[in-house]
Amino acid sequence: MDSCLAYAKQGSAVLMYEDGIYGAIKGTAIADKIAAASGVSFYVLGPDLKARGVAEDKVVDGIEIVDYAKFVALAAENDKVQAWV
Amino acid sequence: MKFAIQVNEGPYQHQATDSAYQFTKAALEAGHEVMRVFFYHDGVNNGTKLTTPPQDDRNIVNRWTELAKKYDLDMVVCVAAAQRRGIVDEGEMQRNGKDAENIADNFRISGLGQLIEAGIQSERLVVFGD
Repeated sequence: MDSCLAYAKQGSAVLMYEDGIYGAIKGTAIADKIAAASGVSFYVLGPDLKARGVAEDKVVDGIEIVDYAKFVALAAENDKVQAWV
Repeated sequence: MKFAIQVNEGPYQHQATDSAYQFTKAALEAGHEVMRVFFYHDGVNNGTKLTTPPQDDRNIVNRWTELAKKYDLDMVVCVAAAQRRGIVDEGEMQRNGKDAENIADNFRISGLGQLIEAGIQSERLVVFGD
């Protein structure tokens, strides 16, 4: 997540999925970094939140909860796609 | 939009293979083209027809085959990764003197060039797993 945020620029979109969804939870050190990343849009995959028992109200304000269709749309809308595992 | 998908993880071990399937399915349902799904490293284990998961679990291999049949998907298994892990088609069986083959329907074994080609010809190469 730190590497991803270091590379994210104005206009970038960051989607958290699989275990990455833990980065979207309120009250963590990552949450502060997300708040500080201006001009970057953040998304989290709803099915992966649900699979891990993380309620939607635990997600940091401003992070959009999306489905797989939106995951595809994000990959299409942004001209480069980089996976951070 | 023309997508290519790379799957680097085996089934039932890592969520990457599930994520890749859900992404591919959603892309096809949205009307996008998926010109190739390339299975690399442990991802080649997605292509064995010998798996028998419990009936109440998802059948990852059959699920790929059904998606491929419905959308005429090109699913390619990396030959070098497949040889190491025992994923064998008719040609590989004869070439390497094996007494069986196990490639699942709609998968084919080919080389890394197919991944490079997918990277060049697609507009987005989306990678699942490391």
